[in-house]
Amino acid sequence: MTSSLVLGLELAYWQQSILRSLGILLAVLLPAGTFVYLFLFKMVSFMQSRLGPMEAGPFGSMQLLAEVGKWIQKEDIIPEKADRLLFKIAPYLVVSTVLLTYIVVPFGPDMIFANHDTGIFFALAVSSISTLGVLAAGWASANKFSLMGGLRAAGQLIAYELPLILAVVGVVIQAGTMNMSGIVAAQANGEIFGFDGIGSPYFITQFLGFVIFMIAVQAELAQTPFDMPIAESELVTGYLTEYSGIRFLLFFIGEFAAVGAFGAIAATLFMGGWAVPAAWADLNNNIFNLLGPLILMAKMTLVGGFIFFIRFTMPRFREDQLQKLAWTVLIPLSLVNILATTILKVAF
Amino acid sequence: MSEFLRDYLTVAIFAAVAIGLLLVVLALGKLIRPVRPQADKYLTYESGVDAVGTAWDQTPVRYYVFALLFVLFDVEAVFIFPWAIQLETYGWFGAIEMSVFIVILALGLLYAWRKKVLQWL
Repeated sequence: MTSSLVLGLELAYWQQSILRSLGILLAVLLPAGTFVYLFLFKMVSFMQSRLGPMEAGPFGSMQLLAEVGKWIQKEDIIPEKADRLLFKIAPYLVVSTVLLTYIVVPFGPDMIFANHDTGIFFALAVSSISTLGVLAAGWASANKFSLMGGLRAAGQLIAYELPLILAVVGVVIQAGTMNMSGIVAAQANGEIFGFDGIGSPYFITQFLGFVIFMIAVQAELAQTPFDMPIAESELVTGYLTEYSGIRFLLFFIGEFAAVGAFGAIAATLFMGGWAVPAAWADLNNNIFNLLGPLILMAKMTLVGGFIFFIRFTMPRFREDQLQKLAWTVLIPLSLVNILATTILKVAF
Repeated sequence: MSEFLRDYLTVAIFAAVAIGLLLVVLALGKLIRPVRPQADKYLTYESGVDAVGTAWDQTPVRYYVFALLFVLFDVEAVFIFPWAIQLETYGWFGAIEMSVFIVILALGLLYAWRKKVLQWL
């Protein structure tokens, strides 16, 4: 099938794809904006006993638009010593790869952009490219703070990429597929030792994997307590030091889109994604194309809120503590998790 | 075009649209923002002090050993994923086979640990 009818218009495949891409980009930027307002502006203000933004719109809800307006009209400064091409490419590399992770996340029975058989593998592979963008930004700035920040980001990726991937292996073993829709179905139809009333959400059956995954996500996203690449009290703002105006805004969008992306992936892998347990409702019902995105969004907000909650609660680790936690605790634990899951899977 | 390749075509189209959208945002900024060049603005920022030397210098990268270990375990992960999908088919044979593989690699990590590679210098 090379063309199909959309709203009475005959559209070729690539035209459809472009329309759907624009649709999903808007759908992604909306929750990212909500994250910023709800968690970064309001929750942190509440946690730190202050009001937060109040002036722009009711309860300061238009603050985000005001901030974007501010950044867009700032002068574009590229330091003269910087590697100009790389300096300009770096933000694109970060943001576009973060957005790419969304396309394998299923939002409903038919609401999936690209139903890859290697879905989760694709998402993990693409999401790690964005750290390359961070390293490029640090190097291209020709600034010592930036370079240190970029190198720290690379070291952090190296250390926490492994627990992240190995924690996902547990889920893949249990679901028997890397396809994201397949993982959702496996959780909705699963059972825990013969009890199928709530399906088999993997944050219960893969609890260790879930904990490792969330710690690794916190580090991959460079959120406090793992924010050494930015570390404003030691490195000015790390790899962001020389960026200003709209290019800084792109990094900022990338950061929050990444929280949303990992929130969606964590919700899909461990919390049943867009589905509810199959014992509760018929999941092939068309209504789930409408309800699915809302259910996923709710779970995503839960995970995102948790990430920000930790961010504003914990003090920053030292760089050596970060490496030590990954290599001597998380990686051995995730290997044990894989072996335990294997034995349980084969035995039952 | 096969279904498999088409899935990757959608990835390419999506990436193009995403980058296009970012370009539009940047072009929009170009229409609005001021341009008032002054030599001082383009200096390297080092907290207000004149920068000494350049950043592109020899730097001790302390985690290069971790990078080597990373390659080892990343390759392991690549082998584990296809096996993990087929575990149901392999049964105990697959389970024991992969346990041996994982334990051998874990011994590598243990060796590095004992050799104090994982310690901060």
